[in-house]
Amino acid sequence: MRRPRRDIVWIPTFALLVAFAVPWPLWGVDRVVAGLPVWIWWHVAWLGLCTVLFSRFARSGAWERGMGLRPGGDGDDRAAGGDAGAPAAGGERP
Amino acid sequence: MTLGLSLGIVVGYLFLALAVGLVAYRVSETTAEDYYLASRSIGTVVLLFTTFATLLSAFTFFGGPNLAFAAGPEWLIVMGTLDGVLFAVLWYAIGYKQWLIGNRNGYVTLGEMLGDRFGSTGLRALVAGVSLLWLFPYVMLQQMGAGEALVGLTNGVVPYWGGAALITAFMILYVVLAGMRGVAWTDTIQGLFMLSVVWVAAVWVVSAVGGVGAATGAMLDARPDFGSFGGGTYSVGFIVSTAITIAFGVTMFPQINQRFFVAKSGETLKRSFVLWPVLVLLLFVPAFMLGAWAAGMPVDVPEGANVLPVVLNEYTPAWFAALVIAGAMAAMMSSSDSMLLSGSSYFTRDLYRPVVNADASERREAWVARIGVAAFALLAFAASLFRPGTLIEVGSTAFSGFALLALPVICALYWERTTRTGMIVGVLVPQLAYLAVVLSAVVGFVPTLPRTVAGGWDVALGLMALSALLTVGVSLLTAPSAEGDASRFAVAGD
Repeated sequence: MRRPRRDIVWIPTFALLVAFAVPWPLWGVDRVVAGLPVWIWWHVAWLGLCTVLFSRFARSGAWERGMGLRPGGDGDDRAAGGDAGAPAAGGERP
Repeated sequence: MTLGLSLGIVVGYLFLALAVGLVAYRVSETTAEDYYLASRSIGTVVLLFTTFATLLSAFTFFGGPNLAFAAGPEWLIVMGTLDGVLFAVLWYAIGYKQWLIGNRNGYVTLGEMLGDRFGSTGLRALVAGVSLLWLFPYVMLQQMGAGEALVGLTNGVVPYWGGAALITAFMILYVVLAGMRGVAWTDTIQGLFMLSVVWVAAVWVVSAVGGVGAATGAMLDARPDFGSFGGGTYSVGFIVSTAITIAFGVTMFPQINQRFFVAKSGETLKRSFVLWPVLVLLLFVPAFMLGAWAAGMPVDVPEGANVLPVVLNEYTPAWFAALVIAGAMAAMMSSSDSMLLSGSSYFTRDLYRPVVNADASERREAWVARIGVAAFALLAFAASLFRPGTLIEVGSTAFSGFALLALPVICALYWERTTRTGMIVGVLVPQLAYLAVVLSAVVGFVPTLPRTVAGGWDVALGLMALSALLTVGVSLLTAPSAEGDASRFAVAGD
């Protein structure tokens, strides 16, 4: 339920990941490296980095805590039951 | 002979995709939940690819390479950033939250979720209406893309309207006959197929021109400006506002937003989120680089044709070029089906039933949905014949329209103090303003309002800020209505 303080670090991390997926420091640079403009390589490497960090975020439990749930706790488990029809019976729709 | 072969492959492939959809329909049940959401039972691979394939539209497939061909490979950066990173973050912030809420309360559409939370049929209908409005240009975009693709593939023998009509017919057939399960299956097959085939195409073309270095060298000889990052079309304003409006817009697209309700478990959403940046890159790099490299190839792109089919025709055998175009058209058909299907659920559940006829039988509702889809697709087809802009322009208009919904929705998801009036004002006012901007360009007798200001900044970005300000500001000034229930959006505890 309670968010450890280090979870907060994910917010600026995500902001940085989004902001520098665009290779701003290479603005106007026209070097070609290994057949492609160097800024394309920056982008490719950056998206690889995103996947690595996203995977850490998802596995660390911050994914659930960010929504106020306990990792592996009931909030997620119940839904994960796979019995899809059950929670959605639909009878009480407005 | 070659022409017959190409057309045979395209039409044959579309029939094959239709057959897979029908098989899927046979094994599915027929409740509304099943029809629209495949009983919330979609696993990681299918969820990943079905979301991926809905992004696999004419916008990515033909519009992207066209823009890279005309203005440079920076489009790869714009799309990679918005789709691979920003959309992934929103996938968590909006998608996971919606999944948790939807799983608790059994929601099927965004409008239903908001309408229930704020106790307002009006808000529900408003959200559905706005969504259908912007879905229209995006469906039209697929028809434009298909029309231009066949012009390119057949060197203009098949007229533009012929390709557009072909895909319209398949869209309608498909969506009337199958449901989400059909779409989800075929999306997976088509996603995998397109991913492989685009790489094969890239390798084929690149080896024909002497390797990656030679392709880039020729591109730079023809267009020296393509080598340096930024410049030309790609101003800072263009990059930032395009990335933000499209990424937020994508989350509010009916077919994408409805995907947030379909995952089998939280794990499924998590894994899709992690794999997303890589998957996006795997598609965008070959597709957009082919477009950019084409600038240095001795190919002649006819007026009103897409660049990709022309390049394939030049460097690969006719059957392979036809196969790629067929795959792209099938993927577009499948995207359009998802859109039309989600659109029809918005229409019947959020507009027809609550506003027009509350006592409609299921049978009647199903017929209303099917007729609605057919009429919608036909109207979009008619509009596509006028070709009001490039693929990217038409697509961006639709994305921006949807993006204006995103911030009020985020506000509702995370801020309990949001009120019904705040939501209605926050959604309605920016929509009206943007609609005025868009329509002023179409209607002849009024002055055209600017779409971008100060060197490429999209006015939609300003209107997004306005939507957030209005939602928060009006919520603070108004009291929550008695019918509203913030606890509907609680995800922890009971």
